[in-house]
Amino acid sequence: MDAGAIHDALVLRFGERITSAELEAGSPFAVVRTDAIAEVAAFCKAEPALSFDNLMCLSGVDYPKQTPPRMEVVYHLYSYRHRHMFALKVQLPRENPAVPTVEGVWGVANWHEREAWDLFGIVFTGHSDMRRILLPDDWEGHPLRKDWQDPEYYNGLHVKPTPQMVERVLTGEPIGVGPFDFTPENRHVEEP
Amino acid sequence: MSGPEAVRGLIQNRFEDGLIVTSADQLINWSRKNSIWFMTFGLACCAIEMMATGGSRYDLDRFGILPRGTPRQSDLMIVAGTVTLKMATRVKRLYEQMPEPKYVVSMGSCANNGGPYWRHGYHVLKGVDEVVPVDVYVPGCPPRPEALLYGLLKLQEKIQEDRVLRKRGLTVGSLAGATLDGASDVPRLAGKP
Repeated sequence: MDAGAIHDALVLRFGERITSAELEAGSPFAVVRTDAIAEVAAFCKAEPALSFDNLMCLSGVDYPKQTPPRMEVVYHLYSYRHRHMFALKVQLPRENPAVPTVEGVWGVANWHEREAWDLFGIVFTGHSDMRRILLPDDWEGHPLRKDWQDPEYYNGLHVKPTPQMVERVLTGEPIGVGPFDFTPENRHVEEP
Repeated sequence: MSGPEAVRGLIQNRFEDGLIVTSADQLINWSRKNSIWFMTFGLACCAIEMMATGGSRYDLDRFGILPRGTPRQSDLMIVAGTVTLKMATRVKRLYEQMPEPKYVVSMGSCANNGGPYWRHGYHVLKGVDEVVPVDVYVPGCPPRPEALLYGLLKLQEKIQEDRVLRKRGLTVGSLAGATLDGASDVPRLAGKP
């Protein structure tokens, strides 16, 4: 099925709960109301004409400059039976974003949703194991949010380069003598 | 005295064939530097170059340098790749598990000072020397196998200058600080060029 037919099937089944769509985009998508996403996902997988058996990717996106500021979760679906693709999006508020989990539909969503929680702070309600997956367990904050500020220290280690490190890098003693000379005057320095 | 007698020392020509005379330090350092076992420890793309260095084309084995699977049997830790903040504590623990004497080679820009993650890497340690003492830094992103080999040869020179039994101080005929163009800031003993 092409993107228009997929969209029609979704609108026929869910009506108002498919709020908008962009079918001419490089990856056609429909925007789904947040509370309906689990139901839409289950339908996409179970309906024989759609049979989206593969959740290729689940991403979080942060849009702080949109009005109103929002976050999105994007579900890229693929059907091995019909060889067609489609994407679903849900829009969330930037403060305390939460969306129902689709872990019960595609098992792979378990790790993807943990990653989105880890890096964006998006809570997936009903998830069986909402822990960090990449960052250490004692990390504070969600670093891919656009308002992220580096802390001074993590576990006693510098997170940002200190002035002493900058000084040492720019005026440090020669390293790599001979054919591998990377002393500062031979090195490319990024313009500030 | 003149002629050959003048350069003859105290112990020259006093032993049978098949005997070699050397200092204990020389022997210990010679054996150490020619049997560096390094911990297999790849963190990122630098590990690919490290594997290439260990492979048949560049062949680390000819220097007696070969990989071990455990820190407890290793003399050298080649930190090959990006050290994340999460990994930093593990790197430190692995280093502490190695027996003395132990050496560290920091391979590649990431391990040297954070490399491409210098400004925007919220998760990368800005130089592995924050957690372990580094003997040789190998620049490059990633360094070619020749560069890593060069760094390991530099490490061998450093090990040869170790003082196991001798007092600390100036070294006669030291290679420490020597550069290919002959310029050096290392103080020399009087009479030595």
